[in-house]
Amino acid sequence: MRHLLSAADLSREQAVHLLDVAEQMAATQQREIKKLPALRGRTVVNLFFEDSTRTRTSFEAAAKRLSADVITFSAKGSSVSKGESLKDTAMTLEAIGADAVVVRHSASGAPHRLATSGWIRAGVLNAGDGTHEHPTQALLDAFTLRRALRGGAGAGTGTDLAGARVVVVGDVLHSRVARSNVLLLHTLGARVTLVAPPTLLPVGVGAWPCEVATDLDAALAGSGGARPDAVMALRVQLERMDAAYFPSAREYSRRYGVDGRRLALLPDHAVLLHPGPMNRGLEISADAADGVRSRIVEQVANGVATRMAALYLMLAGEDAA
Amino acid sequence: MTAAPDAPPTATVLQGVRPLGADPVDLVLDGGVVTEVAAPGSAARDGARVVDGRGLVALPGLVDLHTHLREPGREDAETVETGSRAAALGGFTAVHAMANTAPVADTAGVVEQVWRLGRAAGWTDVRPVGAVTVGLDGERLAELGAMADSAAAVRVFSDDGRCVHDAVLMRRALEYVRAFDGVVAQHAQEPRLTEGAQMHEGEVSAVLGLRGWPAVAEEAVIARDMLLADHVGSRLHVCHLSTAGSVELVRWGKARGIAVTAEVTPHHLLLTDELVRGYDPVYKVNPPLRTAADVEALREGVADGTIDVVATDHAPHAVEDKDCEWAAAAMGMTGLETALSVVVAALVEPGHLDWAGVARVMSAAPATIGRVEHQGRPLAVGEPANVVLVDPGARRVVEVAAHASRGRNSPFAGLELPGRVVATVLGGHPVVLDGALASPRPDAGRHPGGW
Repeated sequence: MRHLLSAADLSREQAVHLLDVAEQMAATQQREIKKLPALRGRTVVNLFFEDSTRTRTSFEAAAKRLSADVITFSAKGSSVSKGESLKDTAMTLEAIGADAVVVRHSASGAPHRLATSGWIRAGVLNAGDGTHEHPTQALLDAFTLRRALRGGAGAGTGTDLAGARVVVVGDVLHSRVARSNVLLLHTLGARVTLVAPPTLLPVGVGAWPCEVATDLDAALAGSGGARPDAVMALRVQLERMDAAYFPSAREYSRRYGVDGRRLALLPDHAVLLHPGPMNRGLEISADAADGVRSRIVEQVANGVATRMAALYLMLAGEDAA
Repeated sequence: MTAAPDAPPTATVLQGVRPLGADPVDLVLDGGVVTEVAAPGSAARDGARVVDGRGLVALPGLVDLHTHLREPGREDAETVETGSRAAALGGFTAVHAMANTAPVADTAGVVEQVWRLGRAAGWTDVRPVGAVTVGLDGERLAELGAMADSAAAVRVFSDDGRCVHDAVLMRRALEYVRAFDGVVAQHAQEPRLTEGAQMHEGEVSAVLGLRGWPAVAEEAVIARDMLLADHVGSRLHVCHLSTAGSVELVRWGKARGIAVTAEVTPHHLLLTDELVRGYDPVYKVNPPLRTAADVEALREGVADGTIDVVATDHAPHAVEDKDCEWAAAAMGMTGLETALSVVVAALVEPGHLDWAGVARVMSAAPATIGRVEHQGRPLAVGEPANVVLVDPGARRVVEVAAHASRGRNSPFAGLELPGRVVATVLGGHPVVLDGALASPRPDAGRHPGGW
């Protein structure tokens, strides 16, 4: 794995392997000494042009636990805020000697530019680009789902998600999480149904490898043939309301919010995911977020193990460059 | 015309060329006009420059209705001099320089400056376009009459890059330019529907997470403007059509008798939004690259006459404005030095146009729309000696580093394209010979008529 730019970069075999490596990584995180020597002497740069304490911290923890040297480069207070171009920033990192660059950027495709423009030789890992993709979020979601549906830690090793049904509800139009999840869950054999108000579905969504619906209750009740095994609620930004994507927070919450009543429509084993940070009371109710089906805290923990696996396979895997 | 004793010959014989692809003839050019059309090999002039044109197609010099020369203001991206050189190499004996410079070409002073720079350069006939509104801001009319009456004799007015979206202002502009036989060339883009738009809105934008530029934002403005032009009895020119729906609308407008003309760019005739998948900003352009179905409809629109003109929308940019992430990149592509080849690839080779058709859409029609009387004329005795010679059988790989334009943002870089401009003759003076720049037309060598 030279770069990880899109969830579509991974074949089924590669994705299952990455999840399996993540299981091994997770097992090491139960030990008293969590640090592994795997990436000793390698340099991982966290290049965050967009604020994201959660994702940045998760990548930092992942790289440090693999013994990599970690340099965090945030846009605020750096030369980037003084107008330095992406190209010059990249060439600076190259000069510093980065082996991998984890990049978060508000512009869709910025990681592609870093990986393909010849500015740097380092591997590029997309940590969320604009409204395009967030592949490690999809991997940690798949990891969390596989554990939930296959019977806990390590039980699903070697398996994909064939047959699983997942409802993803929320602002699909602006969601990089939704795009990566549709691609990866499809690769792993799951069936995805996207649910959103029509204003928050992209024109052209019909070509995606998933079902699309606008009625959440019908989707949860299994109108697609069977009831879902998991529901993922996406973050909805309130400023979307000002751009007339929906009339009010209350109306959004009534039609597309995940709450206890809606979760009761699901089979007993079904789980609830959210990529965070949550808007409690908007796309998710407090009782749903804190309820027994919620795997939201687990997702955060799994994020570290999954990102360890991704960095390990990029920098030390059998086919690493 | 006073020639020094050692001056180069003023007469030129183009031997054995095929006018519009027809049977070979000798064309004799003297005093800025065509003086003789003779059987091949029969024309001989003592002291005349002789160009061996056997196998070459002769067309009237090409006329670009849509060029960005960037001067004044962005001389790092292009100047009138460099853009004129690019035009000559591309076979253009006239280019319409768009008004979105800094300062904007919204006064007689600025259009005269650009016109004089073009004359001083001497590689092509630079025809300034005047802004419709002051500063392109879409709020009040620029002094259109002053620009029309200036030495630049502006006849084409456009806020290109921005749409004249206010319906009342557009109506007034359409009406007002009738007084001097002008035309408003509209950049059709509904601004609210395209806020922050990055690429064509469709399946590819959905996957890439780039904000979409829907076809309806172009089509709605075209429909409105045609109805306005019809209502007030003015002519309307629509810049760079990019969608199948736009072609259908213009076809409807023409059938209804509305005085509408339309243009398409070479890139919209060859490239699609699939190219955006790699996020390379060289493919970022406004209006955006559309789908294969749109490309096909645009080609058919040219073939059946719905689209009158192929115009380059040559938009050079400084390297740093393209060497960045997609969202930060400038919109636009260079086109002067590749336009004819792309037209051959997209329209001639597939059978949509013959050479007479190429002359119509790249020379005669744009000259008529822009009211450039000495351009776009037939290759006949007494007509202006603006000629381009094309090797129809040549194929070449587009090498951007070799372009005369300062812009390096060609989406055709590395593509092998058919057709090559061998010579360009401007007012009887060969500005391009053997596919390379020869010498600019001396200001003293002008036709008594001034051109």
